[in-house]
Amino acid sequence: MRRLAAGMALLLAAAALLPIVGGPYALRIGMMLAMYISLASSWNLLGGMAGYPSFATAAFFGVGAYTGALLQGAGGPLPLAWAAGGVASALVAFVVGWVVLPLRGHYFAIASLAVVIVLRQIATNWTDLTGGGMGLNLPVLALGPEAQARMIYAAQAVVAVLATLVSVVVAGGRLGFSLRCIKQNETAAGMLGLNTRAAKATAFVLSGAIVGPAGAIYASSVSYIEPGDVFDILLTVEPIIMTMLGGVGTVFGPLLGAGLFLLLEQTVWASFLSVHAAVLGVLVVVLALFLPDGVLGRFRRARA
Amino acid sequence: MTALLEVSGLSVRFAGLQALADVSVTAEVGEILGLIGPNGAGKTTLINAVSGAVRSTGRVTFGGRSIAGMASFRVARLGLARTYQIVQPFPAMTVLDNVAAGALFAGAEGTLPRARSAAERVLERVGLQDAAGRPAAELTLAQRKRLEVAKALAARPRMLLLDEVNAGLNASEIEGALALIRGIAAEGVTVLLVEHLMRVVSGLCDRVVVLHHGRSIANGPPAAVLADPAVVEAYLGHRYAARAAGMAS
Amino acid sequence: MLAQILINGLILGGLYACIAAGFSLVWGVLNIINLLHGTLVVAGSYGAWLAWRYWGLHPLVALPLIALASAGVGAAIQAGLLNRVVAAPVLITLVVTFGLDLVANNALLLGFGADYRSIRPTWTLGTAVIGGLRIPLDRAMAASVALAMTGLLWLLLRRSWLGRAIVAVRMDADAAGMMGIRVRRVYVATFALGTGLAGAAGALLGLVFPISPLQSEAYLGTAFTVCVLGGLGSVVGAAAGGLMLGLIESVATLYFGAEYASVTSFVLLIALLAIRPDGLFGRQGFA
Repeated sequence: MRRLAAGMALLLAAAALLPIVGGPYALRIGMMLAMYISLASSWNLLGGMAGYPSFATAAFFGVGAYTGALLQGAGGPLPLAWAAGGVASALVAFVVGWVVLPLRGHYFAIASLAVVIVLRQIATNWTDLTGGGMGLNLPVLALGPEAQARMIYAAQAVVAVLATLVSVVVAGGRLGFSLRCIKQNETAAGMLGLNTRAAKATAFVLSGAIVGPAGAIYASSVSYIEPGDVFDILLTVEPIIMTMLGGVGTVFGPLLGAGLFLLLEQTVWASFLSVHAAVLGVLVVVLALFLPDGVLGRFRRARA
Repeated sequence: MTALLEVSGLSVRFAGLQALADVSVTAEVGEILGLIGPNGAGKTTLINAVSGAVRSTGRVTFGGRSIAGMASFRVARLGLARTYQIVQPFPAMTVLDNVAAGALFAGAEGTLPRARSAAERVLERVGLQDAAGRPAAELTLAQRKRLEVAKALAARPRMLLLDEVNAGLNASEIEGALALIRGIAAEGVTVLLVEHLMRVVSGLCDRVVVLHHGRSIANGPPAAVLADPAVVEAYLGHRYAARAAGMAS
Repeated sequence: MLAQILINGLILGGLYACIAAGFSLVWGVLNIINLLHGTLVVAGSYGAWLAWRYWGLHPLVALPLIALASAGVGAAIQAGLLNRVVAAPVLITLVVTFGLDLVANNALLLGFGADYRSIRPTWTLGTAVIGGLRIPLDRAMAASVALAMTGLLWLLLRRSWLGRAIVAVRMDADAAGMMGIRVRRVYVATFALGTGLAGAAGALLGLVFPISPLQSEAYLGTAFTVCVLGGLGSVVGAAAGGLMLGLIESVATLYFGAEYASVTSFVLLIALLAIRPDGLFGRQGFA
């Protein structure tokens, strides 16, 4: 427990120092890392802890991005736009969860993926609201590039910290215990008196609430979004890969995985842009075949 | 006095197979009720229907409340717990946590630490306290059967449905299980026991219900039921009846 | 008007049935959702395109070769990779096939680019006009061949030794193993059948639709929806589901326009999963 607190403190200190000591490249990396941590931690709640492999992350991201963008475009203050992104995603998670959470295994995974595709199509066709395939422009922020980079980084970092806090609280408490029981034997858990639907829905809504703001902040940072960007299937799969890399079901697995993934992205793939997807694919296959428990999982087994 | 569990006209149908047809059973508070019958008679289906695991038609009331069609987690929270014939643990979790789950979800312990201490007490009751820290997957069959009972006990049930809790156990393990069940009943928990061992049934049960092809064919004290010709025909076999008669005379 | 929708829908449906049959087989027997399936179909289309462009072969002629090549690729993938994860959790198998799909799709993009291509064979049957109905005969022929191949699969599963072995493995792999069936080899054969059909379907589709790596997602979605519509684990279900989906999309195109046609299948998928996850024909075990 002390190591946990010490580790968290260290990370927080590093995160706080970054805008002061780092240049624009460091800020960009920090922003991406923070966003990855949020996405991976969010997926881990339902996907890792409860064992329900959700492919809906991009749905939440996209809803958050468009909500934030529209509010920002209407003149709303940024923090409000970002928070609204979270509320909208949480709502979508609730409604979608109603439909897909009773499904098991493959059916759940596919349904959650179908949601992303359908939302993407809706965003493409609802031109009046979203600009359709032409995309949506956000008003440029009245800040210099450096100040903007710092603000965006700070915002994503806050969301990442919140995401990690949520993970810690959930994992250590009753909900995490419930989710672990569901993962191992959902029928038995129900028979013992657990309202499995409520537990899964809570995890799903929490994960939506985390990803939404990340999407909204992303929209603010790029000033132009289109359906294919934010309702992107790769975006829904990469958090899964990150969490698998780090250790599914653990609190810090997503963080570790996000970091490793970012490292790979910046070093290896930057050199292989045209085969970026293929390299990712190979990584994924190797990961699934040889390291299904992730780095932390291997580490634990080595110690046990 | 109204019975704790009242089942009347219960029917279950699975895609062309009538698993239960118009079954009526009651269980009085504090009773140990035996449920016997050949394989496929519908004993586990009855437990599944009552606990909410499968859909059924008919009336089921528990403690005066209708529970027909109720979700199984709600039934558990009302105080009706069950075990599985093929045990259903949480394999990667410790024995303690397995039992704590019962305490936390239906046993109304509010927090995980309190559920765990309640679980410790239950483990001592069933004699598994030494295995508390081990993963459930590592237990022997007899231990797993006890764990199954412990999980249900932790849920603080008013009634316990035990599905073949003795299957696969040797003689001494069975003795231990019987003592446990007697102890549970002595504390006021009503027990429904699905069994294949007649000596357990006659030694333990206050009443016995016999199922055959989804119907109830006998209901009464063990001695009467086990001598019932219809039961002999359907299930016990003439050799058993002759032996029982021979021992009696 | 109604008759035209019917014709269009049946033609589409025949093609869809073939796309889905191999997918359903792999899912039903191996419990693997092959996310690579859509890309394999597109690869089959490209194979037909290459055969037409460089050797002047009509896709029907190139079909057997493409089917064989696709089956070979499938066999290699199953033997080399997927046999290791057959019993693994859903997440693992999904991620593995997704990774393979990334590689394959990237390869196609690199090799052919994203631009849409078409096959325009010199030998064409043209369009028959009967009454007020327009029947594009090339498409009708492609759909018929597609349905015939689906029928062949059904026959194979019913009549051949391999087919019975596959059904046995599907029902109880352990028991099948104890009966002397080399289960892992059956897995390889099953997957190869699935990918072979995918490639063959792609070759036929190349006659009907424009070809691009971007199409793979739509084909995958079609395969899913047909499986959920028709029920998993049955060739008849895949055929029925395919025909149904073809008709539904045909109607949707008429009323909502072409760009809504593909999203129809995904919305339908979600709706079906919400209401009847076992499909309209349920899980009947492979016949």
